[in-house]
Amino acid sequence: MERIPILRMGRFLLVTIQVDMHDQLALTLQDDLTERIVADRAKGVLIDISSLDVVDSFIGRMISNIAGMSRVLDAQTVVVGMRPAVAITLVELGLDLAGVRTALNVEKGMALLQGSTVA
Amino acid sequence: MKATAGNPLVEVLRRHEAGILADWLKEQARSGTRGDAAQDNEMRTTSREFLAAINDGLAGDDVDGTGPRWARAMEILSALSASRATQGYSPSETATFVFSLKQPVFARLRSEIADAATLAEAFWTATRLIDRLGLFTTEAYQRTREEVIARQQRELLELSTPVVELWKDILALPLIGTLDSSRTQVVMESLLEKIVASGASIAIIDITGVPTVDTLVAQHLMKTVAAARLMGADCIISGIRPQIAQTIVHLGVDLSQVTTKASLADAFLVALARSGSRIEAGQAEAA
Repeated sequence: MERIPILRMGRFLLVTIQVDMHDQLALTLQDDLTERIVADRAKGVLIDISSLDVVDSFIGRMISNIAGMSRVLDAQTVVVGMRPAVAITLVELGLDLAGVRTALNVEKGMALLQGSTVA
Repeated sequence: MKATAGNPLVEVLRRHEAGILADWLKEQARSGTRGDAAQDNEMRTTSREFLAAINDGLAGDDVDGTGPRWARAMEILSALSASRATQGYSPSETATFVFSLKQPVFARLRSEIADAATLAEAFWTATRLIDRLGLFTTEAYQRTREEVIARQQRELLELSTPVVELWKDILALPLIGTLDSSRTQVVMESLLEKIVASGASIAIIDITGVPTVDTLVAQHLMKTVAAARLMGADCIISGIRPQIAQTIVHLGVDLSQVTTKASLADAFLVALARSGSRIEAGQAEAA
């Protein structure tokens, strides 16, 4: 079964979404990610969507859900690498991902997480 | 309309091509077409070609200006209208090119045809043809003008939305003019592209040049802010004039999610503080 890999980088987890999301894949990702946050005692989750060309309300909701679940488990979520076209689409769809932090790329996202979890 | 074997108009035009051309040029000069010697020369060439093209067209079955045989004539007219439209001629000046052909043609018809019925028919054919060509000229003129207007609109759209880099990590977007949805789209795209290109984390949207802010404009602003946030950049809105602050509150627009400042200078200071930079007095060679 296809899965989205979850990489561990210190106290943070890195998820790179490179394939088209569908329901089953999203559910698997939510399962895997929550398990890993608990197992690794992760403090932050980076979701890299820089290879996504197309988003819809489903992916938008999925990202919000993941952020919500992570927050409950005391890990912060940062979405990184969103493309301009994707950002415009999400805004036009009325999804502004409130409560999800964002950064331009993985490097900045990592800096953001480090800055906020040290304090 | 089919041409009979001896259509009088065709006959007369063919026989008197040179004479008609000379009269026509005189007519054009008289009706006040401006121009110097070079333009006169060009006019003569165009007129001669056009008359030849009309003769070509008339050689076919369709004498009313439709059909493939008229392609050459239409092409000449299109080119002429286009060049005149860009040179700033008025529509009537442009259409006069065709309509001034009437007088010489009619004069020739009158002197050549004795029979009243034939003459009337020839007049009718000629009038239909020239009117059609004249209308075509005006339409081509209009089309060129519309292209010019559309191009200017596009250029205006691009010109009016520069994204400038104020400092490392800080972008400024001075908005000038009314924000409608198509402009918002352009503004949003250029801002986001610039964020990607420069890696900036703060964008200042300055609305000093936006004359009015209603609910729609505010909504467009909020969309831009939300899109920039999704790309990881914070937005500050600056340049809010007193009247606009009042309007925003009266309309019940909620700008509480965004940092707002009265002037671009204040916004810049906030941005500098957030990005960890600062300017000191006497620091001449600023990064």
